[in-house]
Amino acid sequence: MLYTIVKQNSYQDSVNLMLLTNKISTMEGINKVQIMMGTPANKDILKAADLYTEELEGAASNDMCIVVDTDSDEKIQEVLEEVDNYLSNQAISGSKETFETVRSWDKATTALPDANLAIISTPGQYAAEEAEKAIDRDMHVLIFSDNVSIEDERRIKEKAHEKGLLVMGPDCGTAVVSGVPLAFANVMKTGKIGVIGASGTGIQEVTTEIDRLGAGVSHAIGTGGRDLNDKIGAITMLDGIKALAQHSQTEVITLISKPPAKEVRDEVVNLLQSLSKPVVAIFLGEEPHNHEGNVYYANTLEETAAIAVDLVKGNTIKPNYNTLQGEVPAVELKPEQKTIKGLYSGGTLGYEAATLISRGINYDNTGEHEEGYLLNANGFEVIDLGDDIYTQGKPHPMIDPETRVQYFQKAAQDESTAIILFDVVLGYGSHEDMAGALIPGIEKIQKEAQANGKNIYFLATVCGTDQDPQGIDEQKAKLEKAGVILRDSNNQAVLTALAMLDIQIEEVQKEVVAAKETATAEITVSEAIEKLLTEKPSVVNVGLKKFTEAITANGGRVVQYDWRPVAGGNPRMRKILSVLR
Amino acid sequence: MYGQFKTIDEANRAVIDKVVSGAPFLVDVVPAKSVIKELNGKVLLHAGPPIKWENMTSPMQGSCVGATLFEGWASNADEAFKMLENGEIEFIPCHHVNAVGPMGGITSGNMPVLVVENRDGGNQAYCTLNEGIGAVLRFGAYSEEVINRLGWFRDVLGPTLSKALQVKGDGLNVNVAIAKAITMGDEFHQRNIAGSLIFLKDIVPYILQTDVDDKDKQDVIQFLADTDQFFLNIAMATSKAIMDTAREIQHGTVVTAMCRNGHEFGIRIAGMGDQWFTAPVNTPQGLFFTGYDQDMACPDMGDSAITETFGVGGMAMIAAPGVTRFVGAGGMDDAVTTSNDMMEICIDHNPNYSIPTWDFKGSCLGIDARKVVETGIEPVINTGIAHKEAGVGQIGAGTVRAPLACFEKAIDAYAVKLGLIEPEVNE
Repeated sequence: MLYTIVKQNSYQDSVNLMLLTNKISTMEGINKVQIMMGTPANKDILKAADLYTEELEGAASNDMCIVVDTDSDEKIQEVLEEVDNYLSNQAISGSKETFETVRSWDKATTALPDANLAIISTPGQYAAEEAEKAIDRDMHVLIFSDNVSIEDERRIKEKAHEKGLLVMGPDCGTAVVSGVPLAFANVMKTGKIGVIGASGTGIQEVTTEIDRLGAGVSHAIGTGGRDLNDKIGAITMLDGIKALAQHSQTEVITLISKPPAKEVRDEVVNLLQSLSKPVVAIFLGEEPHNHEGNVYYANTLEETAAIAVDLVKGNTIKPNYNTLQGEVPAVELKPEQKTIKGLYSGGTLGYEAATLISRGINYDNTGEHEEGYLLNANGFEVIDLGDDIYTQGKPHPMIDPETRVQYFQKAAQDESTAIILFDVVLGYGSHEDMAGALIPGIEKIQKEAQANGKNIYFLATVCGTDQDPQGIDEQKAKLEKAGVILRDSNNQAVLTALAMLDIQIEEVQKEVVAAKETATAEITVSEAIEKLLTEKPSVVNVGLKKFTEAITANGGRVVQYDWRPVAGGNPRMRKILSVLR
Repeated sequence: MYGQFKTIDEANRAVIDKVVSGAPFLVDVVPAKSVIKELNGKVLLHAGPPIKWENMTSPMQGSCVGATLFEGWASNADEAFKMLENGEIEFIPCHHVNAVGPMGGITSGNMPVLVVENRDGGNQAYCTLNEGIGAVLRFGAYSEEVINRLGWFRDVLGPTLSKALQVKGDGLNVNVAIAKAITMGDEFHQRNIAGSLIFLKDIVPYILQTDVDDKDKQDVIQFLADTDQFFLNIAMATSKAIMDTAREIQHGTVVTAMCRNGHEFGIRIAGMGDQWFTAPVNTPQGLFFTGYDQDMACPDMGDSAITETFGVGGMAMIAAPGVTRFVGAGGMDDAVTTSNDMMEICIDHNPNYSIPTWDFKGSCLGIDARKVVETGIEPVINTGIAHKEAGVGQIGAGTVRAPLACFEKAIDAYAVKLGLIEPEVNE
């Protein structure tokens, strides 16, 4: 039946009352409800809705009329309470964002007129075009997107170089500029070591290790994986090295790369030898036996960081930093358990593990690999689960634990498996609690193994710092509680795993030999690059919104560009827009 | 290529300069046929781009029936329907005769229309008077009550306002009213209560000075006091008068009209003159009175989107905190986002209408069809929602988007006209 409540002289705006009506109508036991001011026109609406009652006759324009159709008169009190509650709590709470969101380049530059860096994370096919728009607006660019053609990469980098701008990427997963972490990056102490690298997780491992050893990083510049390809000629690497060489707060330069083409390598090394600052370089996969003049060569990412830290602290450089540290855990294994399965989310960490394990088992791992494998020899496997073939339609394993847990199980089913080796990469962009997400899978496998009367050992390294949003100590504590053996670096984790299987790697002792004479190079750095390295960046973030968080939290300014393809990607419209300029 | 202009941007600037320099005055209220000569036969004006009877929505057809009865062309609804179905009555879009009409936009010769003169361009634009809410012609009602009200408009309201405006002498300055009302929370489509109040305040002293019968004076003032949306129609005629002056510059990509007929949404751009670019209309989304829901909503209708073309209405959502919640259930943040989004497709801010809740930035100025296509951001239109059956009337209010395809067709045609691209060959 119909109940009518007239609240006299209780004016509310009609929009409010419509929203309120919607809310009340969702309450249980209410067949129909309408709340309106008692104007003649509204009374007509109530009549049309078969909600008119005699009590409404006397209601005036400033009276709030509540008509409820319900089978239970007990509901009326409930409705009235809900009405009062709604009317007294009308403030709409929305989370305040500290940055503006725009939908075009023009608005982005209006919102942040001194923007000097763009982060591009659009689909790859559009990344080159957007990067060029940023360069046209005198911005440095970090291209997070992959699938940019090498021709486009060369064109963009040449154009930027001409204008005195830096292009990090494409496929640049991480960078730290003036203390501001960009894309997937760790938070670390600011210091005197300048890092430049062609590998995302390589940079993350070296910089977090530097942080752990008590030193700090001035900048970490990512070049993108193909920068040292002969088709690109290390355009970004060379400009970046020069910038770090001229940056007064940077005392030591650290370079991380896969082995480049010969001519490119010569050009880079020549530049390094001509600098007045010491340099630590790692060409992943090579096995250097000497340091040359000013340039110290490292065998592992851990050693790279350690040499850099000793250099910056003024300590004498030791011939070797790769000694196994810590006790080797005692193991109880069945005779058939002889292999290590490395299941990595960080490509370079996996690559390093594959290199070290190959050395340990005397396997020449230089040939072609099956897709997705970094090593697959005699039951020893290292897989980069961040490889394209594992991320088709699935999130990256730094974000999503599912693929990794699946491969953990697969590894555990292999009778030869003794140790499962993995990484947990922290920092902005990564999963907020990867340890917690992986543990249920790990515990299940351990339980099943024990039920079958055997042990499977989990061994991991956590790549991160105590300033990262996830907190490295918490992540470690969780993993240790679940029985995971932890080591501070990837190198130590791999060495420990090998030692648990009684495999040792011969340590290389390096001494400093003189480099061939190189003239001190004339180093010029553009004003724009100099500014990038001396001030907190002002960023236009084109694409993935989550990248804004690290920037605002670390003192950078950012405007979010909610990017969509121009004209929805319609080719004719794109053509028309280009002619109607 | 662009006449006296070197670039499209320059042409667009000239168009929006005309919008800013517009000087609209409400000068009179007169029978439509006295200013629109086409209405001296069996002719009805309708909202939106050209449309045939069979494609009209039920409410628009209902409005036609109401107008036919009001004009005395038929003695009952059945007869009126027959005449309309048989094509005995000609239809012309309001926009083709310097007029605009809300919802159905149905306008006949003896209906009084507001006359707004743009003294910058010397042209005039016309719009019928707002009927209030409930059973009204613009939503397709044609009951006796509706016809009687139209009679009173013709015999009392129109002549009284006309006389009052003659007493005033040089017309009411609408820019002043808009500038004041936008600081009082109006956006001139969904919310016009401040503008209506200002109009009432301005006009009453003159009404009192007329020789109109006291009872009629009382009724007129009461009607104006009761009709919160009265100013909407003044804002529409004003927007039309100003946009018509601006579109005399026949170059560039500024949108000079947006309107809907329940079947198609139509736009014009400066560079393509009188040509309409149409696409199927959307149906508004919003909040509904009890007993009604989204399924009963009539597809988008009305020339009132001329207010958005002018840069107010949905484009100025942030000006009207009171109606922002139609955007969704959001609050001020959503309103700011909406207006900021709209600035992505506009060229500048209109310094005449500074909005306090937007850090005193001016309202949106000059929708650039290129920017709409580039960003995919469709202009947002605040609107009443009609029931899809004639005569039920308004069942809610909300927002609707201007379809992207109109803007794509417009810039495509312009690029072809300029010889910058070959016409697309349809397979």
